[in-house]
Amino acid sequence: MTDDILDGWETVIGLEVHAELATNTKLFSSARNVFGGEPNTNIDPVSLGLPGSLPVLNKKAVELAIRVGLALNCRVQRSVFARKNYFYPDMPKAYQISQFDLPINEGGWLELPDGRQIGIERAHLEEDTGKSSHVGGGGRIHEADYSLVDYNRAGVPLIEIVGAPDLRSADAAREYVSELRSILVAIGASDGKMEEGSMRVDCNVSVRPQGNEEFGTRCEVKNINSLRSLGRAIEYEARRQVDIITSGQKVEQQTRHWDEADGRTHTLRSKEEAFDYRYFSEPDLVPLDPSPEWIAEIQESQPPLPRQRRIDLAKAAEIEPRDVALIVQKDLDGFALSAIEKGADASRVLVHLANNLADGVGHLTEDAFAALIRLETNGDLSATQAKTVLADLVDKGGDPTQIAADHGFETMDTSELDALIEGIITEHPDDWTAFVQGDAEERKKKSGFFVGQVMKMTKGQADGKVVNDILLHRAEN
Amino acid sequence: MNAREIPSAIRNGETTAKEVLETHLEAIQNREEEIHAFNLVMEEEARNEAERIDALTAKGEDPGPLTGIPVAIKDNICTQGVPTTCSSKILDGWRPPYDATIIERLRDAGAVIVGKTNLDEFAMGASTENSAFGPTRNPLDTTRVPGGSSGGSAAAVAAGFAPLAIGSDTGGSIRQPAALCGVVGVKPTYGRVSRYGLVAFASSLDQIGPFAETVADAALLLEVISGHDPLDTTSIPEPSLDLSTALTQGVEGLRIGVIDELSGGAIEGISDDVLGCLEEAVQALTSAGAIVERTSVPSTVYGLSAYYVIAPAEASSNLARYDGVRFGPRVDAKTTSEMMVATRTAGFGDEVKRRIMLGTYALSAGYYDAYYGKSQKVRTLIMNDFASAYKKYDLLLSPTAPTTAFPLGDKTEDPLQMYLQDICTISSNLAGHPAMSVPFGKGTDGLPVGIQVLASAMDEHTMFRAGAILEASNQGKS
Amino acid sequence: MNERISRDDVAHVARLACLSLTDDELDSFTSQLADILEHAADLDALELEEIEPTAHPLPLANVLRDDEPGAAADREKFLASAPQIENNQFKVPPALGDPS
Repeated sequence: MTDDILDGWETVIGLEVHAELATNTKLFSSARNVFGGEPNTNIDPVSLGLPGSLPVLNKKAVELAIRVGLALNCRVQRSVFARKNYFYPDMPKAYQISQFDLPINEGGWLELPDGRQIGIERAHLEEDTGKSSHVGGGGRIHEADYSLVDYNRAGVPLIEIVGAPDLRSADAAREYVSELRSILVAIGASDGKMEEGSMRVDCNVSVRPQGNEEFGTRCEVKNINSLRSLGRAIEYEARRQVDIITSGQKVEQQTRHWDEADGRTHTLRSKEEAFDYRYFSEPDLVPLDPSPEWIAEIQESQPPLPRQRRIDLAKAAEIEPRDVALIVQKDLDGFALSAIEKGADASRVLVHLANNLADGVGHLTEDAFAALIRLETNGDLSATQAKTVLADLVDKGGDPTQIAADHGFETMDTSELDALIEGIITEHPDDWTAFVQGDAEERKKKSGFFVGQVMKMTKGQADGKVVNDILLHRAEN
Repeated sequence: MNAREIPSAIRNGETTAKEVLETHLEAIQNREEEIHAFNLVMEEEARNEAERIDALTAKGEDPGPLTGIPVAIKDNICTQGVPTTCSSKILDGWRPPYDATIIERLRDAGAVIVGKTNLDEFAMGASTENSAFGPTRNPLDTTRVPGGSSGGSAAAVAAGFAPLAIGSDTGGSIRQPAALCGVVGVKPTYGRVSRYGLVAFASSLDQIGPFAETVADAALLLEVISGHDPLDTTSIPEPSLDLSTALTQGVEGLRIGVIDELSGGAIEGISDDVLGCLEEAVQALTSAGAIVERTSVPSTVYGLSAYYVIAPAEASSNLARYDGVRFGPRVDAKTTSEMMVATRTAGFGDEVKRRIMLGTYALSAGYYDAYYGKSQKVRTLIMNDFASAYKKYDLLLSPTAPTTAFPLGDKTEDPLQMYLQDICTISSNLAGHPAMSVPFGKGTDGLPVGIQVLASAMDEHTMFRAGAILEASNQGKS
Repeated sequence: MNERISRDDVAHVARLACLSLTDDELDSFTSQLADILEHAADLDALELEEIEPTAHPLPLANVLRDDEPGAAADREKFLASAPQIENNQFKVPPALGDPS
């Protein structure tokens, strides 16, 4: 952050991320866990908290939670469920079954693509709430005429990942969340969709003078629905706190609500109004104590994590791991590695994957991809032509050589090109003089002009590099 | 006719399920107005069920071990489509969309459910006077209470409305009313009977169990309702009980300890009548060949205090769901939270509110360790003390209740006096152990006294051996 | 006034429990709760430091269910017992104040 007012201040950020686990059924009952069904269709006595109903723990949810713990380098341990008591219509039993003093995963870390390690305090299991929609008053909670509650989401398994206050900027916070999301997706624990609310971020922010050891008073910011709003909310909140302190006041410990529309955080409640959740161990459940054998089995079947995948791809491409972060995040690293193994030039592979395959690989096969890049590096296709062929391969698949031929992309003979260039020079004598006599900058500009002319006449089929060579050759002779 | 004689009589064609049911409906017709054992008599459903059973037996099929036996169900157990009120206004008119596991088991065993019995609201009480629908009276003396909280079920059996009934026992709610009504009542080992569909009071203490006129009938019913249920995490993964041999095995050579603290040694208020009956019970067991001696289980003295923190704490959470949002009546208001407060304030009776507040307080910030944390440690002490006692003894013995049935209104103004009714029964719930009350002798008021037989976890079998002997000896006396 | 629990404590606890009490009820509940807590004070005499708490009488652990969906819910059956319904959802008065 470069804002003047924050000069000399450090922002301290700790994130609490809730992710819905990708199970078939709910955490404590056999009602389905699916997003976006008709209201109240995925319910049962347990989801509705009906009198007499009892929770039974979903084994798959436990397995996924252990997977998350292992991926975040946590200690997987004996855990106990607890009731967190508070009244709210979303919360069917008026308590949430969560884990309190004995979480399933404790004490780990997550490594950002640049190698920084961020502490993970715990990652515990809990159930999700239902969803209220507020009717009237423009859907705003404070002005609504009434609310309607749908319990399809109630009881969906969540993992709450509590990060240490190790982050120091909005950018780092965003990187943390996207790395965490990549991990959750990689291990199949969650679909990580922030826009569907299957991944939600609460953010603890405090500020302190640069160099201070002691933490400032923190505020918790809720209702952050995207990476973008995460960054905005942190920056707003840090600035707000610095303003308060520099004007001689004290930051009050609060829970605050991020309003995407006005770009501000608003007081939700103060520390005094904080809920007294009256946690106690859930008597309807028994302790969870996964055996070392089960944990080992899960560890062995753990797919490679993004960190390792970055290292593997970076090694194959002979670049730094952080430079392949995007490709790993898009889950294209396996594709890249395979194309490289098939002899494709690594740097072209990465360029195409990063720039030209943003919407996925479609019908493109690894073999066709490797073959295309070979055509490109051999000089059989120009970069522009390669891009065109690639788009076709993504759309329909096929053989790159054939597609190039169908487009009429045949490598032009140098003599043919030379004749073409001679014609252009004759038509634009002033430009040619400027090219021949100009300094490096002028020459670059004019070479752009001539290449452009050639491309226009050849419909982009010429190789720009070859055109340049011819121009230079002519100028010097 | 005893319950266990009914199925064979129906199978033999000596009678029909319908005929058995009508006899009991007639008894209900005659005395229910005076006793008020039921919140709901399910006449029509019961007649249909009896007809279904008769049709099955006519085809030569066996509807099961409870063929045609009328069973009364405590009204805190969910019955699909049939009102389940917990004797609370807050559930008035609620019809559960599902059956409790034990209801399915009873149906599958051929039982005929005759109605839902009255209780202290949400099973909180020892007299069945805390019912939103009015008190139940003791069939043996209608000026007296039947005990509670399962007073309706105990009274139904004592009045001959049903030979079998289901109750729930959180601190003595089966055993104490059984004692006061002169019937047999059993609290099984925690986890022996599925709690799925039992409206929770205190989840770590609640256990469903049978009422019957005889020990053998209680065994029959317990066999049917016991056994593992995957819908209840705390259900013990064991098959149903088989108690058939226990009933005739006798007590020869069994070592039985009489808990001194609960038998005049430490706790005050156990009446001389009750202590006298306990002494006779000791003699009966001794003459049947058991080795009976007094022993100390010191922490039982603290059971009541620990219980009245733990049970309300769990209850405060279990009863939070009655918020007027998803089911049951609602008192409308301007905002959700005002609606919740209005609904709960109007829906719960005083005793329930008292316990909710007590439990909320015990769990609240700053008090947890002093009350809830401490009580959980006392629970450990009690379990340890029982474990030591069961190293020396096969069974333990004590009175079930401090007195015989007391007059209505006697203790309603003083909650603590009412709580003391559970003094002898509470420790079994805290430990999760089985215990049963068997009628043995009478007080000078002519009302029955119950003797409590306590066993270690999972040892219902040995417990029933002693129960059968006490029953035989008691019948021999009168 | 008993020191075990004050009238203010009872008022606070009633708020936590979503109950509203009249002044008379506050008085009587305060004295009744104080009596009960006073009785529980017998536990103060016990030496409990070394004792582990017991939350549950069962020695069970790891009771798990397979991740298999049950039969689809008959929504009508569940909505039938609701106080108010609109568009197949549970209708409540406006919220005012968000606890999440």
